Amino acid sequence: MNLSSLLAAIPGAISQGILWGVMALGVYTTYRILNTSDLTVDGSFATGGCVVAVCLVNGIDPILSLVIALIAGMLAGAITGFLHTKCEIPAILAGILTQLGLYSINLRIMGRSNTPLLKVDTMFSKAQDMISLPSQYVGIMIGAVIVVVIVGLMYWFYGTEIGSAIRATGNNERMVRSLNVNTQMTKMLGFMIANGLVALSGALVAQSQGYADVKQGTGAIVIGLASIIIGEVVCGKKGHFMYRLSSIVLGSILYRVIVALVLQMGLSTDDLKLLTAFLVAIALTIPVMIEKRNQRNRYKASIDG
Amino acid sequence: MLEIKHVSKTFNVNTINEKKALKDLNLKLEDGDFVTVIGGNGAGKSTMLNMIAGVYPIDSGRIILDGKDISLEPEYKRAEWIGRVFQDPMMGTAADMEIQENLAFARRRGKARGLAWGVTKEEKGELRENLKRLGLGLEDRMSSKVGLLSGGQRQALTLLMATMQRPKLLLLDEHTAALDPKTAKAVLDLTQKIVEEEHLTAIAVTHNMKDAIQMGNRLIMMHDGHIIYDVKGEEKKNLKVEDLLKKFEQASGEEFANDRMMLSK
Repeated sequence: MNLSSLLAAIPGAISQGILWGVMALGVYTTYRILNTSDLTVDGSFATGGCVVAVCLVNGIDPILSLVIALIAGMLAGAITGFLHTKCEIPAILAGILTQLGLYSINLRIMGRSNTPLLKVDTMFSKAQDMISLPSQYVGIMIGAVIVVVIVGLMYWFYGTEIGSAIRATGNNERMVRSLNVNTQMTKMLGFMIANGLVALSGALVAQSQGYADVKQGTGAIVIGLASIIIGEVVCGKKGHFMYRLSSIVLGSILYRVIVALVLQMGLSTDDLKLLTAFLVAIALTIPVMIEKRNQRNRYKASIDG
Repeated sequence: MLEIKHVSKTFNVNTINEKKALKDLNLKLEDGDFVTVIGGNGAGKSTMLNMIAGVYPIDSGRIILDGKDISLEPEYKRAEWIGRVFQDPMMGTAADMEIQENLAFARRRGKARGLAWGVTKEEKGELRENLKRLGLGLEDRMSSKVGLLSGGQRQALTLLMATMQRPKLLLLDEHTAALDPKTAKAVLDLTQKIVEEEHLTAIAVTHNMKDAIQMGNRLIMMHDGHIIYDVKGEEKKNLKVEDLLKKFEQASGEEFANDRMMLSK
């Protein structure tokens, strides 16, 4: 392995990690805060990319395009929310249905499966013109600003009355209803916020890589889960809410660094998805194994003692 | 205050598990009534509370609370007027949220929730005063996660949360059944204290006949989906557990075959 080429790959990995970290924050909203599984993510991530591509090609301001992508993602989340709360379809299935439907919708939005953005102005190309730094560093700077704003907004929002109601819904739905809050509404909001963030991330990634693709969201949910779990393994599951949100972004960055590392070691990009699936499966298994072993050791100790 | 008129409920209609849980149930509560409910397993006690709270829709009849027909209102909406404490101490609180967050959440029952802080600095003092009433020392642990509390502490907290915004009706569904005897008594004493101080109208399901006699001003016995015995005032105060057992045998034509109740007399 070539150390210098690995080091050269790190800034790009950090930049990717930050931009994808926004998606992980969205996944965190449903997976940890709402305590449910939302598989809309693979679709809404691509929706973000497709919407932003169409906006940019049509000359809409790159930042305004991000806002439009965010709204499109929230609409996608609202569909899953509707299927889950009003039609009472289990959350996982509701998400899969939306995700499948979104593939066609995303194709309709772009009119084709891939849109290059190299000839239009993106946030990243504009910023690069202004501060003449390599693109990875521009990506890190823009990504850092956006992530700080989002983490700040999430911290504020989940401290408000409505945000508390969403958190409580993930904790104990029955209690929330018994205290005069409509849990259909709180779940709907949760799905919308989550997928809004996911689409925003998809839009950021499309802008930074210079193209949007209807398949860019494939496996996004697993990457999101990987980021959350890596963050929790490194920083722990407890702590201040701000700390936990930051740990997810850190997890996302670490994930990208790991990917860069194994690519440098000679792994083909074709095998990346397998590696990701493997990584998440391992990370979910380890705590179970450790607990089992501790239990067995405690028992053995009790016999010996 | 509360009127239940000809309410029926059948679960699993047209299956072999079909169960007529409530059969033409009628009950009228006066303002300030504290009713205890006893009856065997499957008598419909919990179903009655769940119907009042709106957990399941009723098949027929009407439920009227303070002059308003709430038969079709969803559960969360009825919660504006109804406070509840569940049998399972885990059911009434959010484990991953702080004590003060849980209380502040309950304090907003019946009020519009917006983008103001979930717990404001100003209300913390009030929350602390409320916690002091429990006498459990929780006022010094306001920012602890509720998941760290014992079942009894959580149930006391739930009771406080259910009554913090004075409800028109308080529903207690065997809320001390999952606690050890000493804790159960403490929560029960607290219940009586709060109901008396706030002059609440309440319905308490219990499996303990002694509690049922000692608590409240009225007692009803349920069997097979309806009320078979309804007693209040002096007559209720003078009741003995033996009287209740006899009453049950007379009304139902069978022995009171419920170990749990027999053992707990």
